[in-house]
Amino acid sequence: MDTMAAIRETFFQECEEQLGELEVGLNAMEEGVADSETVNAVFRAVHSIKGGAGAFKLDRLVRFAHTFETSLDLIRSDQLATSPTVMRTMLRSADLLADLVKASRSDHPVDEARVEAQIAELKALSESAKEAPSAANAGGGDADGLDFQPVLLEIGNLGAPEPQAARYAITLIPAPDLYRKGNETVRLLRELSRMGEFRVECDTQHLPPLDALDPEGAYLAWRVELTTAEDEAAIHELFEFVIDDCELEIVVDRAAAALGANAPAETAPTAPSVAAGALASPSVSAPAEPIEAVAAATAAEPEKAKTEAAKPDASASAPTIRVDLERVDRLINLVGELVINQAMLSQRVLEAGLARSSSVAAGLGALEQLTREIQEGVMAIRAQPVKPLFQRMSRIVRELTDATGKIVRLRTEGEATEVDRTVIERLADPLTHMIRNAVDHGVERPEVREAAGKPAQGEVKLSAAHRSGRIVIEVSDDGAGINRQRVREIAIKKGLIAPDAQFTDGEIDNLLFMPGFSTAQSISNISGRGVGMDVVKRSIQALGGRITIVSRPGQGSIFSMSLPLTLAVLDGMVVKVADQTLVVPLTAIVETLRPKAGEVHALGVNARVISDRGGFAPLIDVGQELGYRDEAADPVGSVVLVVETEVSTRCALVVDAIHDQRQVVIKSLEANYRQVPGIAAATILGDGRVALILDIDTFVARTNRSATAQEPLLAAVG
Amino acid sequence: MSMTILTVDDSRTMRDMLKVALMDAGYRVIQAVDGQHGLEVLEQETPQVIITDINMPKLDGFGFIENVRRDQRYLGIPILVLTTESSPEKKNLARRAGATGWIVKPFDSAKLVDVVRRVAA
Repeated sequence: MDTMAAIRETFFQECEEQLGELEVGLNAMEEGVADSETVNAVFRAVHSIKGGAGAFKLDRLVRFAHTFETSLDLIRSDQLATSPTVMRTMLRSADLLADLVKASRSDHPVDEARVEAQIAELKALSESAKEAPSAANAGGGDADGLDFQPVLLEIGNLGAPEPQAARYAITLIPAPDLYRKGNETVRLLRELSRMGEFRVECDTQHLPPLDALDPEGAYLAWRVELTTAEDEAAIHELFEFVIDDCELEIVVDRAAAALGANAPAETAPTAPSVAAGALASPSVSAPAEPIEAVAAATAAEPEKAKTEAAKPDASASAPTIRVDLERVDRLINLVGELVINQAMLSQRVLEAGLARSSSVAAGLGALEQLTREIQEGVMAIRAQPVKPLFQRMSRIVRELTDATGKIVRLRTEGEATEVDRTVIERLADPLTHMIRNAVDHGVERPEVREAAGKPAQGEVKLSAAHRSGRIVIEVSDDGAGINRQRVREIAIKKGLIAPDAQFTDGEIDNLLFMPGFSTAQSISNISGRGVGMDVVKRSIQALGGRITIVSRPGQGSIFSMSLPLTLAVLDGMVVKVADQTLVVPLTAIVETLRPKAGEVHALGVNARVISDRGGFAPLIDVGQELGYRDEAADPVGSVVLVVETEVSTRCALVVDAIHDQRQVVIKSLEANYRQVPGIAAATILGDGRVALILDIDTFVARTNRSATAQEPLLAAVG
Repeated sequence: MSMTILTVDDSRTMRDMLKVALMDAGYRVIQAVDGQHGLEVLEQETPQVIITDINMPKLDGFGFIENVRRDQRYLGIPILVLTTESSPEKKNLARRAGATGWIVKPFDSAKLVDVVRRVAA
């Protein structure tokens, strides 16, 4: 990637951050809890995007950002009140700005009509603000420049020369402040010399004797005679930044110019004068050393007593570095190895029969602690706050309220909670779906709410928190709650449950997660997009998470997701099967059983099922399935793990024994060997042996496909 | 030794662009993310030229320039204002604060370097 492409990438990353700030700030403004710094931050966010967009010639983005910024500037200077209407326009503009950034990033086309409509809306707001002369705030900033045209450098602008030349007599008497502000007479004169025919004289009559000379003083005056095609404004512009710190006189004499550029100056130099030669102008010939000497004197910074200049307090923003994700992942992998090695070492020491009080064991304990801390520290590198994810949701709620006519406010909590980056990425879709559901199916229409004695405005709450090593994300609404009667009817109608089946309230609520279930009375284009809560559940499970519902009629529902903080480790149940050790992801396990003889039923020649919650679950002998043994073990006397797959079918896995339950470091099988259906990954146990981690879904699917004798899954692995 | 330039801008994009443009021209670049940070950086090192943005959190460009100008140690360092704003009022504010010059974003690398070269001479 070349440098500009890299900077462009940085720009878009920064845009994302700015858009986040913008959203947060606008929401605070809407709620009326924004201080002036928030308003400034909002303005700055749009301003920065405009600035960067200009650099990359993203004209459409610049144009919209400019219009947006202009309105925000009016708000900032109290000329435009933050009424609900105004804030709605601002929030929608923020959404459009986000879309424009996205479109610019991928070079996708944008909906021009939408942009124009939004620009018109913003301009109308700005106009209305101007018509109503409010706060006597004259400093309206650059609010006037609606037709913003990026201007290139203005300083020393060597624009197109006008055909007609004029002669100027310029007198410049600098004050000490001119030098203090970093300006230089030498530079100004040199700029002038570039404009045309140039002669300069230095008036040194106020120069005191050396012993009386203040190094920071300004004693010289300059008379310049310039013949140039540039207009007077160009000369004035050159002095734009020194105008307050000098006496300047510019007199134009067109007739003299017509006579000839080389005519001698009319103004006779007063007292001793030196011509400026150090100005690199071809038309100046006389050498003059004093200029540089004086310039040097004024520039020399005297090591004076250090003034108690306001010392900035050291609480600057925490410095950050950006690191390639690949490097972090490599580190995480290495730490995984370290954890395994440490566990192996601990086990060896234990096996060697060393006393727990021995120094080796004590040292090992310390090592274990350190290893765990390193692991946590490294995992934290990949962790990111859920804030940006949550911010995206507020936009969805906004769009939905516009589309449904409901009044809903999104409240977020725990935005600083950090989760693994990948988890966040993969959480976006299911979360979006749940938020849509909460607004579309959860919150009632305003009139219904009012009839029920609730405020017309509904609330959807999105929260994140760390709870016992996992992250819990909750989406709750204060709506009507799940209509269980209706859910039951639909489930029966769709043949998902038997008409006479007895269910607890909780079980009925969980029917929502069944594939193909949709409670929408009419398929709206909002949540009904062919996916239901079953897809949400599947995505959450794929992340090693669990999802539960708690609903109370008339009071609303809470969807609660519990997710691992990282995908690098997994909570697993370590089991023994035919002398092999396997790991079964804990999230897939519903319950563990020790079946009694009467509970196992034969089904045909090879198949067996077990009674499970009023139904039957097929029994799968894990050892036989993986090719560890030819004959299936007798389920009676073995341990059965009832697992639930993504498609919500239950299976009973027969294993010999449960070893323990622990966190294991996931090692990719694909990267180290090859992909094996039925196996998700591997881990290395404390004794150094490799244990395979079952992928319940593919394992069960594979088993179903070939119910009878088949080639074992792991013939090659061993 | 190559000349050192301090750039003060809250936008990473702008900092990067300035850095590339200035380093290509042979300057050494030190950076600050806002006015307050700029003053802190100045405590460590004195550059020959300062280029600053206006709209920044914590301490904006005007405040930053005023603070620099108030400090005798930084006497005479040229300060260029780099910003998207070009209104006369803002220019006036910058000039009063003590800016040496004004560059409007988006900037052209060659012209930026040209201006720096001229004020730094």
